[in-house]
Amino acid sequence: MQPTPAAPVIEFRNVSYQVAGTHVLRNLTLQVQPGEILALLGRSGSGKTTTLKLVNRLLSPTSGEVLVNGVPNVNADITRLRRSIGYVIQEVGLFPHFNVARNIGLVPKIEGWPEARVRARVEELLQMAGLALELASRYPHQLSGGQRQRVGVARALAADPEILLMDEPFGALDPLTRDELQREFISLQRRLRKTVVFVTHDLREAMRLGSRIALMEAGKLVTILSPDEFLRSADPWAAAYVKAFGDRLESTATEGKS
Amino acid sequence: MNVFRFILQNRSQVLELTGEHLWLVGLSTLFATLIGIPLGIVIAHWPRLNKPVLAGANIIQTVPSLALFGFLLPVPWLGDRADRLAILALTLYALLPIIRNTYTGIRGVDPAVMEAGRGMGLTESQLLLQVELPLAVSVILSGVRTAVVISVGLATIAAAIGAGGLGEFIFRGLAMVDNRVILAGAVPAAILALLADVGVGWLERRLQPR
Repeated sequence: MQPTPAAPVIEFRNVSYQVAGTHVLRNLTLQVQPGEILALLGRSGSGKTTTLKLVNRLLSPTSGEVLVNGVPNVNADITRLRRSIGYVIQEVGLFPHFNVARNIGLVPKIEGWPEARVRARVEELLQMAGLALELASRYPHQLSGGQRQRVGVARALAADPEILLMDEPFGALDPLTRDELQREFISLQRRLRKTVVFVTHDLREAMRLGSRIALMEAGKLVTILSPDEFLRSADPWAAAYVKAFGDRLESTATEGKS
Repeated sequence: MNVFRFILQNRSQVLELTGEHLWLVGLSTLFATLIGIPLGIVIAHWPRLNKPVLAGANIIQTVPSLALFGFLLPVPWLGDRADRLAILALTLYALLPIIRNTYTGIRGVDPAVMEAGRGMGLTESQLLLQVELPLAVSVILSGVRTAVVISVGLATIAAAIGAGGLGEFIFRGLAMVDNRVILAGAVPAAILALLADVGVGWLERRLQPR
């Protein structure tokens, strides 16, 4: 099902999520447009990861509904839904007993693609993720942190999902590797035009990658702004973020937009 | 040494009793594995069942073996043949290490790996078969290994209820106050335990995920 240009790919309608009586998320209403990168920015415990997991139903809302391509995601077949959404997490979560090729090719394989096509797709993805082909036979523990995260991204893209969910994908990397991966991700996204939602607590990363930034605090959406608007925002939370990250944010604000 | 001379002289009987011993241990380990691994999987996924199941297996473990053999004797179909009874008792004893290790092995799988797998759209059975069990296999097998080694020792007591096995020599030797006869049962049993330990250990390493 192809969304019409104006229709949001992901839509939260008044979504709340409680666990053991505590509101993790309160009355969230939010739309993600096709091809955009929405950065969910906030502190630990602000509800950003919860928001992400509500999209692919790793969690289910206590009230309200989440629509994916116009359909409430509770109505979708959960396996189909998840396979149509790429998912990348900070810890990467590569299968330690599978080599790189099997990690990347797992979803295509269980989707029943013929072996030759899986192999071709794996090679294509390795290239796309900037990984040498000979890494295909390596095991995750033989890779560097940056390589692992690249494999994680390649694996998420394997079945060519329209949506990509990323939970602090570059958070655990050293600054140089992070910079490199962010840069490559931007150019990759220019080509692929996925609808991306990513979680970060790093304003610089949010400004660099995001076409819009959704600022969250204590389970509530504070505001959604473009990176430029965010810098000038009078909102106290946004201003606090800008202040905390200090100078040289201006320069990062321009890169992510395409 | 005269123990070995005694064993050599009675080699056909030693072999026969060793065969019986293997039968008791092999079959009971097989049953315990078939029951214990699924139970371990179940309690790893439904933590609520974890305490009662492990407590049950623990309690069985505390019953002295001779007493357990005795308790089971009057059970209808079982009591008819001593080897059935012995196999049941040995199965019950072997359950605890297998259940516990299956549980530990599965719970030990990195939660990030499970989350990634679930997020990618693996079904629960695909997660179990392709992720959890392969990653837990060496821990599970080390439970089986413990179970086998315990069973080889315990199975010698099965001779007390007439189920055969190398315990025959041990009990006979005790009655005759003849160390050679005791050792004719004990030495092969010890060798069996060592071989089983090495064998399952080898399997454990072969199947170990990287």
